[in-house]
Amino acid sequence: MSKIKVESLTKVFGKHPKRALKLLDNEKTKDEILEETGMTVGVNQASFEVKESEIFVIMGLSGSGKSTLVRLLNRLIDPTDGSVWVDGKDLAKVSDQELRTVRREKMSMVFQKFGLFPFRTIQSNVEYGLEVQGVDKKARAEKASESLKLVGLQGYEDKYPDELSGGMQQRVGLARALANDPDILLMDEAFSALDPLIRKDMQDELLDLQESMKKTIVFITHDLDEALRIGDRITIMKDGSIVQIGTPEEILSNPANEYVERFVEDVDRSKVFTAENIMIRPETVNVEKDGPRVALQRMKKAGISSIYVTGQQKQLIGIVDVDDVSQAVKDGLSDLRPLVRKDVPTVDADTPVHDLLDLSSTAPVPIAVTGENRKLKGIVIRSNVLTALSGNEVNSDESIS
Amino acid sequence: MNLFPKIPVGEWVEAFVEWLKNAEAIIGALRAIIGFFAEDVFLAFFVMIPPIVFILALTAIAFLLVRKQKQYGLPILVLVGLLFIENLEYWDDLLITLSLVLTATLISVVIGIPLGVWMAKSNTVQRLVTPVLDFMQTMPAFVYLIPAVAFFGIGIVPGVVASVIFAMPPTVRLTNLGIRQVPTEIIEASEAYGSTPRQKLFKVQLPMAKTTMMAGVNQTIMLALSMVVIAAMIGTDGIGRQVYYAVGRNDIAMGFEAGICLVILAIILDRLTQTINQKTA
Repeated sequence: MSKIKVESLTKVFGKHPKRALKLLDNEKTKDEILEETGMTVGVNQASFEVKESEIFVIMGLSGSGKSTLVRLLNRLIDPTDGSVWVDGKDLAKVSDQELRTVRREKMSMVFQKFGLFPFRTIQSNVEYGLEVQGVDKKARAEKASESLKLVGLQGYEDKYPDELSGGMQQRVGLARALANDPDILLMDEAFSALDPLIRKDMQDELLDLQESMKKTIVFITHDLDEALRIGDRITIMKDGSIVQIGTPEEILSNPANEYVERFVEDVDRSKVFTAENIMIRPETVNVEKDGPRVALQRMKKAGISSIYVTGQQKQLIGIVDVDDVSQAVKDGLSDLRPLVRKDVPTVDADTPVHDLLDLSSTAPVPIAVTGENRKLKGIVIRSNVLTALSGNEVNSDESIS
Repeated sequence: MNLFPKIPVGEWVEAFVEWLKNAEAIIGALRAIIGFFAEDVFLAFFVMIPPIVFILALTAIAFLLVRKQKQYGLPILVLVGLLFIENLEYWDDLLITLSLVLTATLISVVIGIPLGVWMAKSNTVQRLVTPVLDFMQTMPAFVYLIPAVAFFGIGIVPGVVASVIFAMPPTVRLTNLGIRQVPTEIIEASEAYGSTPRQKLFKVQLPMAKTTMMAGVNQTIMLALSMVVIAAMIGTDGIGRQVYYAVGRNDIAMGFEAGICLVILAIILDRLTQTINQKTA
């Protein structure tokens, strides 16, 4: 069942939008209209349906009109033409009063730069949507702490937004959106301002939350990887028009035109993984300051039988074995140097995964991945190689050491 | 030579001011209201308090403001500065001047903030009001004294009126600026959660603009203070009049004493309002 139905939605920025509409009907392009009339077509006759409780991703490069499109849905920008049907009402035509009711009860929005109120505490930020509805203080506080709990931020109620990291601020943004218990979540580049590691965490968290919440989510992004990761269906936009709508599979296997194809190529290229993409962060000991006891302790804690040894600048020296180290501890030795074995399997960071396969199957210890000056960047274990080759997406972010 | 006779701008304005005098009821009401605040509220209250109590109370307020930062310059400044003015025997004049400044500031804020909000909401209003504000600030302040006297006679009321005209623009401008500077995303957030325009203004825009607006109010206080000497020319009492007398009599000692009192008052008001602004930011 479709939750949102958008019909021929159009936005023209300029003084005489009606004139531009006529030109659009005559199949003129965005550039021609700009030249002829000086008006900018933000969104050009977009039509699509969003099904109940799906994640619908709208993706496009900057200037493609995706942010305008999402703002037409909750009318932060008034459409020039077309309809937005939500539960049998055309939001493009409802009164301000009705629009406010929809915004308060049905649709929440999460913003790229979080859009938090800096002078309010986290608690009071999350309460904002309920506060403008006139919900009483106690019920407000209850709902706010419920939704802060959902995003894992209990205990931060009395902090201010600028005391939190970017990822945490966006969790607050999400909590604020959830506090209203809306049917629809509009997320405008919600994770784009976060660094890659945090972004991936947030994507996972959104997917986890969605499992239980079953909201209808319209998610805007310029990042195809993100779109493929979280989208049930993806819309690709260019110059204000919708180019293709489909499942991730359909988009990848059957691009509608050259433009989509070019996007998809980028994805294929990224699937050619190198050692750097699949390596994980190693446990190491520093030969300059750590002795056998520390090495033994770390191995015990990580549950491994050997540990890489590096120098002060993280340059790779070799590897020590748990048996040798425990013997050294018993003998009361304090230096690791005599125990280090130097014959370790080593590859460069840009070695393709394919070339790692043989090495990983014969090597008795994880393969060391080194960069400049033999600096130890990470290690590769056999299961990483197999996963990468089997085509599952390997997350390169986790491996940064 | 007489091809282009002089345009009688001055005469037109004079005629306009004469015509305005017909609005006697309004002028009378304004005079009553301004006089009430300046003389019956502020001044009457201030003179009731013994100077030493006044000084200690203000010092205590200043101390409370800076208590957390542990920088005690401000309370010391207030204590020493005010005791010095009292010692020079300018206390009564100080109270009159302070009443004038506070009344002018109060009126400026009451008119200026709504006007600034209106300017921020409408580009048309901004286009219309901005040149008027420029005019109010650049016209030599003396010139306002002439119609002020014509309408309100002499004394503290025309002084307040001239001060308001001269001192209000920063409050208006910075209210407008403060609201316009609120990031789009924050405005969108307040709208996307279903705020009414009124909720948006009071719950988001004004709190976001507060620091900038307070900087405007601070400027307004300073400008009002700079008007008190000029207002003395039309018989407004206070420290300004002592300065004005001193100029007339070429009395260096008196001129310096009155002048330094004004400087101290200015610094105290400036630092106090700035500290309050920082504290609430």
